[in-house]
Amino acid sequence: MRESIIMKIHYGTALGAVALVAVHILMRMTQNFDQSLQYENVIANYHFLPYALMLEAVLILLSVHGFNGLRVILLELKQGSTYEKMINYGSIAAMAILIAYGSRTILMAGMGIS
Amino acid sequence: MAVVTAQKPSEELITIGKTSTQSDAITLRIARSNPAEGQETTYAEFKVPVKKWTTVLEAILYVKQNLDHAVAVRYSCRQASCGSCGMKINGKPALACYTKVSEIKSNVITVEPMNNFPIIRDLAVDFKQLTSNHKKIKPFIINEESEVTPESKEFIQTPKDLEKFLQFSYCIKCGLCNSACPTMATDTSFIGPQGLAQAYRYVADNRDKGKEERLKIVDNSHGIWRCHFAGSCSHVCPKGVDPAMAIQLLRGYMLGFQK
Amino acid sequence: MTERLSNREGIKGMANPTRYGIERVAYWLQRLTGLGLLAYLIGHIIETSTIVHGKIAWDKMLEFTQTIQGHLFLTLVIGMCVFHTANGIRVMLGHGGIGVGKPGQPEYPYKASSLNYKQRLCIWVSIGLAALAMMYGASVLFGV
Ligand code: HEM
Ligand code: HEM
Ligand code: SF4
Ligand code: FES
Repeated sequence: MRESIIMKIHYGTALGAVALVAVHILMRMTQNFDQSLQYENVIANYHFLPYALMLEAVLILLSVHGFNGLRVILLELKQGSTYEKMINYGSIAAMAILIAYGSRTILMAGMGIS
Repeated sequence: MAVVTAQKPSEELITIGKTSTQSDAITLRIARSNPAEGQETTYAEFKVPVKKWTTVLEAILYVKQNLDHAVAVRYSCRQASCGSCGMKINGKPALACYTKVSEIKSNVITVEPMNNFPIIRDLAVDFKQLTSNHKKIKPFIINEESEVTPESKEFIQTPKDLEKFLQFSYCIKCGLCNSACPTMATDTSFIGPQGLAQAYRYVADNRDKGKEERLKIVDNSHGIWRCHFAGSCSHVCPKGVDPAMAIQLLRGYMLGFQK
Repeated sequence: MTERLSNREGIKGMANPTRYGIERVAYWLQRLTGLGLLAYLIGHIIETSTIVHGKIAWDKMLEFTQTIQGHLFLTLVIGMCVFHTANGIRVMLGHGGIGVGKPGQPEYPYKASSLNYKQRLCIWVSIGLAALAMMYGASVLFGV
């Protein structure tokens, strides 16, 4: 992928996340903070489909943004074609793993398997 | 390290007239090294008499003339025009000929070779990478109709057209920006602020038709995207080029904010 | 000449925010907070995954985070998040060439117009917002 496209994704994911993370953190403020973390409330959150979808969106956006940010830092630290290939594929793998693991929680908690 | 002093301080080198009676002495610490011979950096200290107009370069040349002829330093114009005398002065990159001793609030001045350039010897560094990165961005007007023929008309540029790129064309290739840049500190493949700013200098010139070509050259994993707008290049540039501005304006084209 | 002799400043130079003004400090903070948030995100996703193991596991995880250290850490995360977001917006606009000044005739003493007061103000506002958010977050967490 051209670097300009990757970086446009980096900026795009950041912009998308601004609003969604704000909603996520402000959710804690809609009720008493401690209460908002109670098991029943959190499960209720996961069962509420629009919010669960929003969590999924935050998860995807920030995994991509965060690991691409890490990729950028690592590419600047050391050079060499093997190393750079490793970093490029490694960060895609890391994104995929984090998204998969987080989605598992959202899916299982959302469907009431737990 | 013993402090070396001239037996008979020679005045003529650093004084232009005898108008000022005020004459101080500073300690000049010069980093000496010869990496190709495996010689590690050591610091040699010299006592140098200075006037209020003495520049760091003049202080070094005083040492060279009176105390130690072997100090390696590159310079030419002595007036911030040739871009030869960039070095680290008390930890920050600056032109030695453009920095007065009196501006530095210290009696001890340490001069070291610029970072991010290979050291040739002492204060002289190797510019191969800067030059080759500068060439990479095609630092010339690209225009099929640039040949002068009997039929061709002159290309009129208004003062406004000129102002779009003028300040960037003031670059003297001194490399101070590259040595202050945080990306340059670790990224050996990065084009660097000097080259990127020059890419914009030509893209912003309305005689030039090479925009697409140059945008492609800087759009790679060690190109323009490795600039994070830390501004350190513009902080040290001695000519007001403001490479950080040039780079962001160039990136503006690539992000669609500039036409 | 080989890179070995290249006299690069290395990570120490890259991560030294003290020499080139507030803009370099902002660069440094943006990096640190980005990395900090990534670490937090990974931990956070592991943390929330305990919910699939039922109420007991979730409550045990909560106990682990409802400590003074846990609250201090969360306060720091809130600060990092706000600074990184606010400064990130400044950086994105800057990268697009917005607010970086206009080219002109350089006049002695050659002040760079990309290092202008708007940029510096936005950096200080980002730091200020982060501080306010941390104070508010701490007041909620420590239940004042
Ligand atoms: C939600 C609002 C956010 C915005 C507006 C934002 C914006 C940005 C921008 C513009 C950059 C590029 C900086 C540069 O090129 O110098 C960046 C870098 C980065 N971001 Fe974010 N970001 C946000 C959230 C996050 C989060 C939650 C994480 C952690 C998962 C994160 C991790 C990173 C990392 C690791 C970098 C690389 C740092 C660097 O290159 O210096 N960001 N962010
Ligand atoms: C004030 C700090 C925070 C608290 C107390 C908090 C709490 C929670 C809780 C309780 C959940 C479970 C779902 C819910 O009830 O909403 C959750 C999920 C999530 N949070 Fe946060 N959060 C905080 C900050 C953040 C930040 C800064 C980010 C982004 C970097 C983030 C990203 C996520 C994601 C992606 C999920 C979904 C994880 C999954 O289910 O796999 N959170 N958070
Ligand atoms: S942009 Fe400024 S600091 Fe960089 S090489 Fe040109 S004159 Fe020197
Ligand atoms: S000697 Fe020419 S720039 Fe200093």
